[in-house]
Amino acid sequence: MHDAFDSAIRGDLSSARFEPGPTEDKLILSMGPQHPSTHGVLRIMLELEGEYILRAEPILGYIHRMHEWMAEQKTYLQFIPNMGRVDYLHAMAWNWAYAGAVERLAGIEVPERAEYIRVAVTELNRISSHLVWWGAYLLDLGAFTPILYAFDDREQILDILQSATGSRLTYSYITIGGVYDDVPDDFRERCIEFVNRLRSRLPMYRDLVTDNVILRGRCEGIGVLPVDMARRYGATGPVLRGSGVASDVRRCEPYGVYDRFEFRVPTYPEGDAMARYKVRLDELEASCDIVEQVVSSLPEGPVTAKVSRVFKPPKGEACMAVEGARGKILVHVRSDGGLKPYRVKLRAPGFSNMSLFSELAQGVLLADAVSILGSLDLVIPEIDR
Amino acid sequence: MNALLLLLTHPAARLVLWLVLVFAFIGFNAIILVWVERKVAGYVQLRPGPLHVGPQGLLQPLVDGIKLMGKQLVTPAQGDKVLFWAAPLLAFAPAIVCFLPLPFDARFKPLPMNLGLVLILAFSGLGVLSLCLAGWGSNNKWSLLGAARSVAQAVAYEVPLLLCVLAVAICTGSLDLYAIAGHQGAWPWQWYAVKNPLAFFIFLVCAVAETNRAPFDLPEGESELTGGFHTEYSGMGFGLFFMAEYANMVIVAAVAAALFLGGWQGPFLPGIWWFLLKIYSILFFIIWLRWTFPRVRFDQLLNISWKWLTPLALFDFALAVIVVSIRSMK
Repeated sequence: MHDAFDSAIRGDLSSARFEPGPTEDKLILSMGPQHPSTHGVLRIMLELEGEYILRAEPILGYIHRMHEWMAEQKTYLQFIPNMGRVDYLHAMAWNWAYAGAVERLAGIEVPERAEYIRVAVTELNRISSHLVWWGAYLLDLGAFTPILYAFDDREQILDILQSATGSRLTYSYITIGGVYDDVPDDFRERCIEFVNRLRSRLPMYRDLVTDNVILRGRCEGIGVLPVDMARRYGATGPVLRGSGVASDVRRCEPYGVYDRFEFRVPTYPEGDAMARYKVRLDELEASCDIVEQVVSSLPEGPVTAKVSRVFKPPKGEACMAVEGARGKILVHVRSDGGLKPYRVKLRAPGFSNMSLFSELAQGVLLADAVSILGSLDLVIPEIDR
Repeated sequence: MNALLLLLTHPAARLVLWLVLVFAFIGFNAIILVWVERKVAGYVQLRPGPLHVGPQGLLQPLVDGIKLMGKQLVTPAQGDKVLFWAAPLLAFAPAIVCFLPLPFDARFKPLPMNLGLVLILAFSGLGVLSLCLAGWGSNNKWSLLGAARSVAQAVAYEVPLLLCVLAVAICTGSLDLYAIAGHQGAWPWQWYAVKNPLAFFIFLVCAVAETNRAPFDLPEGESELTGGFHTEYSGMGFGLFFMAEYANMVIVAAVAAALFLGGWQGPFLPGIWWFLLKIYSILFFIIWLRWTFPRVRFDQLLNISWKWLTPLALFDFALAVIVVSIRSMK
């Protein structure tokens, strides 16, 4: 026995099978894949009573690009550009997770300078990702202006990263054995300049946006996520930290040289959209601290380990977890000793975080669902992979 | 020739002439206002706004209007054709009538009548009907949700709006906008905005809500309802809603100027300039709000009206009645 809602979901691929609603009060509504607030091509089937959501079911697959399958068709090095396209907002973290997993597999020792540069560019990238989220989330809530301020700040980061990596969005900078090239001479000055600039602007954002009474009304107490539910769905990153769990891969199982730097892992116990919001804004400051420490103690030396041109890691498997802007990124690589990976498994944090939505959105207003969806910070290409 | 002049003095001919002038005024205002809105938004958002068409992008709204006229008018397949196309006309037509009783100047009276305020309030109340029809006629679920929102919003905000308008009307003892404006003087301390700031504040909040402007743009709610009631409209169908929104903004600003800011009166400048200056100051404030605040949620919107504005407006109205009756006893 299926009702109209189920058949609306099942009839997704052959959409001719939509049936009329079950009763007069219920409305079955397809939110997306071209909805302004589903950020890309997420589609959510909603069953509404008035504007209250009875059921919400995310439908995925509109931007499935078979990254994992592509990994099996390419050599280890050729797959690196794919990683920048999984999560285009925090491409560095994915780069690092893949490169790190392959390095563990082949037992490659990364030079110290490369490790430092990796931390610097990943944290800069994290700041830019959080800034995009900040602007887009407020756009979801109907505030049109902050996104332009966020993009103004983000532009400075993109300029820095462009000078170091050559690209502005989908980097292939972190490669197997280190980073592709050394950073330019003025990298340090530009990073310090940016960090100071962002720090001077954060109080303005707090006064004008975070403390705004309408914004607080739209975020506080909305989408409260208890810790046990977060654990049940495998939520990570700012979503989990917004529920009061100080879980951060950089702190719990440090990779690279993260254990050498002092930084705060912000947590808020409330578990609502506002807590997730505050966690991300605090992480901007934490990332600024890390960038500052890295560039002021950047060691000299080579930036790439010797990796043979015909790269054949030994038979075996390895995995690497990295703290991305959206949570725990995990890349699992299995090698059969050949030129190409036997299997690459990508664990995207957005997928687990999105799975929360069905349960969080039950019984809330449509406008609150938009707020909850935004506070989870989803990047759909990452979820679909 | 004499016959022609005689014809012009006939009330019906006068009305036609004024209607033509009002049309021109609305069109011109809409163009200027769109430009102002985009420029203000640009300065708020660290960008220049329209620049390239005409000096400082002044002709951009005109060109956009021509583009809208050139677009195909699409009617949704399952929609109600009559209601669907009646809606934008019904949104725009009442706005024209509302311009007639406005007190532009002491000598410049398009439609002298002693119930001007009632006429404006009655016809601006029609606007919600058009949103309702648009939502229903579109046969689109998002539009329907937008229409449902607009009805609840209009009902909630007309109550405090009428109450604070009444508070002013009772002080002057008239429903004629000339009389109300004339009752105040040329200087700010003679205005009702200073004498009765609470009513002015409530009126401004309700005006923003009545014109469906952010932060109260719930019937449209782009990030929630993908465009709300006008999701399905293309070309000038959308254009008329757009024009009506701006015309309504000018009307509420003009009514606010007449009720609370002394209308056309002011030192040095001719009356009509003062009136326009006051209108555009209020419009600037409304535009500024839009580009600053996030959107409120629907239940919050209703709470603001029923739990705060309506009791406050009632209190204000009672206060005005008491003050007036004490004065009349002396």
